Amino acid sequence: MKTASKVFTVAVFIFLYVPMLVLGIASFNSVSDVVVFRGFTFDNYKALFQDSVLLPLLLNSIIISVIASLAATVLGTAATLGIQRMGKRLRRVTMFMTNIPLTNPEIVTGVSLALLFAFVGQALKINSIMGFWTLLIAHITFNLPYVILSVQPKLTQMDPNLTSAALDLGCTPVQAFFKVVLHEIFPGIVSGALMAFTMSLDDFVISYFVYGPNFVTLPVEIYNYTKKPLHPKIYALFTLLFLVILLMMVVMNVLQARDTARHRNPRLRKSGGPIN
Amino acid sequence: MKRQFLSGPYILWMVLFTIIPLAIVVYYAFTDSITGAFTLKNLAAMGTYLPIFLRSIWLAVVSALICLVLGYPVAWCIAQAGPRAQRFLYMLVMLPMCISFLLRTLAWVSLLEDTGIINNLLGRLGIGPLRLVRNDGAVILGMVYNYLPYMIMPLYTVIMKIDHRLVEAAQDLGCGGSQVFLRVTLPLSVPGIISGVTMVFVPAVSTFYISQKLGGTTSTMIGDVIESQFKTAYNPNLGAALSLVLMILVLACIAVMNRFTGDDESVATI
Repeated sequence: MKTASKVFTVAVFIFLYVPMLVLGIASFNSVSDVVVFRGFTFDNYKALFQDSVLLPLLLNSIIISVIASLAATVLGTAATLGIQRMGKRLRRVTMFMTNIPLTNPEIVTGVSLALLFAFVGQALKINSIMGFWTLLIAHITFNLPYVILSVQPKLTQMDPNLTSAALDLGCTPVQAFFKVVLHEIFPGIVSGALMAFTMSLDDFVISYFVYGPNFVTLPVEIYNYTKKPLHPKIYALFTLLFLVILLMMVVMNVLQARDTARHRNPRLRKSGGPIN
Repeated sequence: MKRQFLSGPYILWMVLFTIIPLAIVVYYAFTDSITGAFTLKNLAAMGTYLPIFLRSIWLAVVSALICLVLGYPVAWCIAQAGPRAQRFLYMLVMLPMCISFLLRTLAWVSLLEDTGIINNLLGRLGIGPLRLVRNDGAVILGMVYNYLPYMIMPLYTVIMKIDHRLVEAAQDLGCGGSQVFLRVTLPLSVPGIISGVTMVFVPAVSTFYISQKLGGTTSTMIGDVIESQFKTAYNPNLGAALSLVLMILVLACIAVMNRFTGDDESVATI
């Protein structure tokens, strides 16, 4: 039974990684055909670094993701602090709003924002409203719930006496926040920000409805590309991205493991399992 | 200083960019595309799209169930591993989601095509080219592949939290392996199952990219129709009506599924 489920798990992981393997091998192929491997080459990587289209688009994606995830983190963390003090009814309404972008199909979120922007564009007589700002607004909007849902559990887990203690010891409320509360909820803020960043970086569906010709992100361009055959330098780009993300995750994993090992000894901490 | 005012900017943002846009969708759904007058024409046209709605629901339900069958043993296996291995395996589940889902779907196209990698390998074994792509099976495969991590994550979270003493108690009271599973582990995993099925069903029912790349001419899904109303056919009013119906449909499905747990926030908490 146990071995069977292990074999099964390995098979599912292979299933999950087959496409990545295909992309990785195609990035070293000397012809643009994915199907037949003609010869090993680094030419696609050279072509990637000389490319004047893909890298600026990747930069666009990174700019949007960084700004959107930072803005969502600040706005969302402030909101979570406020939500905690709300009355029951107001909190219900706010959490209902938070759940809308999460439960709505992405295409509906994209379409609704596209209609809003078109409406505003018409009202203000702006011809090409779609572009950087519309993308940024859309990304902040769908990032916010992720930040709130990862900060909120940390805030409810926190011992409220800690704040009282800080106040008793002479902190002003603002000092107490920065020295005590922020410190306690920081892991939630970081994981929320990271989640928002990755969601933004790979978002296609919502971006597709609110981008403009002046500001295109990488996933949207790939979609527009795929009508023509893809150049293998795109595979090279994603193989590199995959390796960077893998490295980042491994580093985070090691740091987290060290962190839990350090915390386990001095005192038992409340935690909701190994993944928080 | 009242701390709840800190939520002010957030609430304002969500009203501006979530509530008002949805109100505009409703407005468009009920107005004529040329005159702007009130009309029920767009919603009346839904009858024509009923088969596509049903197809989309059917494909999404099948994908969600396959994800459940594939995902449950994996989630269970991860939850049994040591703490370090658990973190690593969980990371492996998340990792594919960080890479452009468009490209991963395209990789499947080149695997499954008539002249693709799999048929190429089969050809060498003397097995004639099989028709693996441009059919519903390929669409389901694409959806299962893309959304499987969304199933594994909540299942893992729930299985992790199952109190092991309950399993031991059941064993002490004479339950065999399969009985322990059916009477203890499975019932306690229901919140994770509901949440996972929802997280697979919602993106699957509304997808338009996967069906365009892996589906055949008859595999049109509701997402394809909505996309074409905004990008090629340009009838935003009909597109808005379709979006409205899709949204209500998804909310209804979530409501029905949450009946099983009696918890109306299970989608949000996991």
